[in-house]
Amino acid sequence: MTDYFEVFGLPRKLSLDLQELQRRFYDLSRRHHPDFHQTADALAQAASLEASALVNRAYRTLRDPLARVEYVIALEEGREVREETSAKPRPPTDLLAEMLEVQEALQEAKSEGLTAEAAERLRTERDRLEARRRAEEIAVIEGAAEWDSAVDSGAGRQPLVDRFKQRLAARAYLRTVIDDLSQALGEDAETHVAHRRH
Amino acid sequence: MSRIVGIDLGTTNSLVAHVDAAGIPRVIPDAEGRRLLPSVVAYTPAGIVVGEAARRQLARNPARTVYSVKRFMGRGGEDVREEARHVPFEIVPSDEVVRIRVGDREVTPPEVSAQILRTLKEQAEAYFGEPVDKAVITVPAYFNDAQRQATKDASRIAGLEALRIVNEPTAASLAYGLQKLAQGLIAVYDLGGGTFDISILRVKDGVFEVLATSGNTHLGGDDFDRAVVGWLLADIKAVHGEDLSSDPEAVQELRLGAEAAKCRLSSEERTTLTIPFERFTYRREITQTELERLIAPLADQTLGPCRLALKDADLTPDQVDKIVLVGGSTRVPLVRRRVEELFGKTPHSQLNPDEVVALGAAVQAHILAGGITDMLLLDVTPLSLGIETLGGIVSVLISRNTTIPTMAKEYFTTSVDGQTAVDMHVLQGERELAKDNRSLARFDLSGIDPMPAGMPKIEVTFLIDANGMLQVQAREQRTGKAASIEVKPTYGLSEAQVAQMVEDSFTHAEADVNARLLIETRTEAETVMNHVRRALAQGGHLVSVEERSLITEAVDALRAVEGGSDRDAIRERTTELNRATEPLAQLMMDTALREAVTSRRADDILKRP
Repeated sequence: MTDYFEVFGLPRKLSLDLQELQRRFYDLSRRHHPDFHQTADALAQAASLEASALVNRAYRTLRDPLARVEYVIALEEGREVREETSAKPRPPTDLLAEMLEVQEALQEAKSEGLTAEAAERLRTERDRLEARRRAEEIAVIEGAAEWDSAVDSGAGRQPLVDRFKQRLAARAYLRTVIDDLSQALGEDAETHVAHRRH
Repeated sequence: MSRIVGIDLGTTNSLVAHVDAAGIPRVIPDAEGRRLLPSVVAYTPAGIVVGEAARRQLARNPARTVYSVKRFMGRGGEDVREEARHVPFEIVPSDEVVRIRVGDREVTPPEVSAQILRTLKEQAEAYFGEPVDKAVITVPAYFNDAQRQATKDASRIAGLEALRIVNEPTAASLAYGLQKLAQGLIAVYDLGGGTFDISILRVKDGVFEVLATSGNTHLGGDDFDRAVVGWLLADIKAVHGEDLSSDPEAVQELRLGAEAAKCRLSSEERTTLTIPFERFTYRREITQTELERLIAPLADQTLGPCRLALKDADLTPDQVDKIVLVGGSTRVPLVRRRVEELFGKTPHSQLNPDEVVALGAAVQAHILAGGITDMLLLDVTPLSLGIETLGGIVSVLISRNTTIPTMAKEYFTTSVDGQTAVDMHVLQGERELAKDNRSLARFDLSGIDPMPAGMPKIEVTFLIDANGMLQVQAREQRTGKAASIEVKPTYGLSEAQVAQMVEDSFTHAEADVNARLLIETRTEAETVMNHVRRALAQGGHLVSVEERSLITEAVDALRAVEGGSDRDAIRERTTELNRATEPLAQLMMDTALREAVTSRRADDILKRP
């Protein structure tokens, strides 16, 4: 597997200049995009298609700071990465009791319908979890500097990997619960409106 | 490389364009100088008629005239059941690809579209004086894989190689970009006859990067007209006590009337619709406010996809630098207001919204031919792609709004000892359960060497190419052997079916250009004679005896040549008949029908007595 950082000729680090990344992405796209190889033979066309697909995937992963961290962890562990987040959802340990309550409230809303009071409670809970999710994301992104200096100094990175994974797992878990809450509140209609069958 | 044209294959109208020697994209007109080809195909007993001539005989021949066929492309019989209730031609019930019955034959939507494409191809060939066999064809950005494949099939049947399927809003952005009319963050709002797209792009240094796209492939001007027709039918019932809803010819008259009234109401406060029926003449004044009340719920349906695209692009409405309007339905003032309210900015339409997509397709064709090297288009796939896993859950392999080309790999194994085949179900859509998404195809991976269960490791590569279309490859990792894949498209034509249709198109008599043109000219002559007959019956008393006999003479003269094969003679005498009828048409307009004619041609209003 070609390393996404290598694709762009960048060091395997988490801190990254997005403007520079975009510039290199455009340059590589101009070189490889199938539009510019339409008159070439079949082999060259296939090669351009593959190269272009790799550049696009690499850019999509590296431009997003969280996807970048997940990718680096996967590289560290020698795994192949999939499109979807590889982190297994796990509730943050300090929120276990609260999560049980949320699940209970969700069950209640499902079986007994949503009263105004219950809706208010779910909404407050969702806002709290949203804030927590953002906090986890910021913590992951801010871990970049520490990671990069560990790379430079050759210090052991396993503790950092573990910490990243923990936060990413918490984030994945929170996302699911937030989605469930939105659904129970009937506020997820917009995301699906375009996909209604006629 | 030979010439490549750009084609906008629209729900209502289709166009062909090219980039001229000076590097300017231009629409290629037909011999008559017309730039828009109505996307209407009539299967008359004499042969196939395409375009304006077909549209003009629609109310006379509704069961054999196919329009808005784009709404049926790449769909199954089951999911067009609702749509089928609104069209006068017959949709044959089927679990597979949609079939349309016209007279004694059945045709599929790609075959109907191929007729339109072939007409455009011939139009371009007549213009250049040389064969044209390559094209860039546009589709709605929100078209799924099956709808794109159906378009590509249509192209092949028409004898055109579709070098690229490009998204309509993106094509429009290329046309704007070429003329340096767009820079920064652009939203392209494209509301056509049958489809709606919203695309958000970043245009920078000649790179057109689509950030997100969304839409609805069954929402457009057709639906506006339908809402108006429903209202008119109810009004006729209340005023005249007649229920015309099951009279297909009357419904078509009303539909064409509603469409014309809608267009007039884009620039006028009020308009009067006048339609002479057999037993009474229906007249109705419609105001802009009334029209807006009818179509507001439809216009509002475009806002959800807009918000979703903005969200996916991680932008707020005010961050968008420029909003570009594309598609005829964006002329509706209510639509413009809604767009302006959402983005907080006045939208633009410097380039003709009916032509800009075709012009952009021509630009893309020019890029592929190597004529432009400083513009690069990076488009996205509109829908997530996934495979069905245990319990009917979808596992997403490629998310929506991923830049294309793109690829994803997935590994499969066997569950039984000695198993030599594995099947997988590929879907498109955003829902969790397979049954709620669009089934694209089932793939049978076969030729796996017999091994204990779980031993084979089959790597399957899903690749979405620059057309937004899926290619699948499979390889058994242990042996390195490519597994063979049999694709069973859920709603598409099989390779063998398309090949057969391509062959048929060569053998059918109507493939001959001259034969087709002759049929078209005859059909037009019949339409005009039909109008004149009604006009005489309805208003013959308004003109002098001399003028009446002039008209009858012109009719006789036309009738004498109409059955023959001298196309020029038929055309000449049709024109003469039109001219002889002019005073009568003028008088009729001045009297009973004055209000109805503001933007319609004289012979258009001389309908049934």
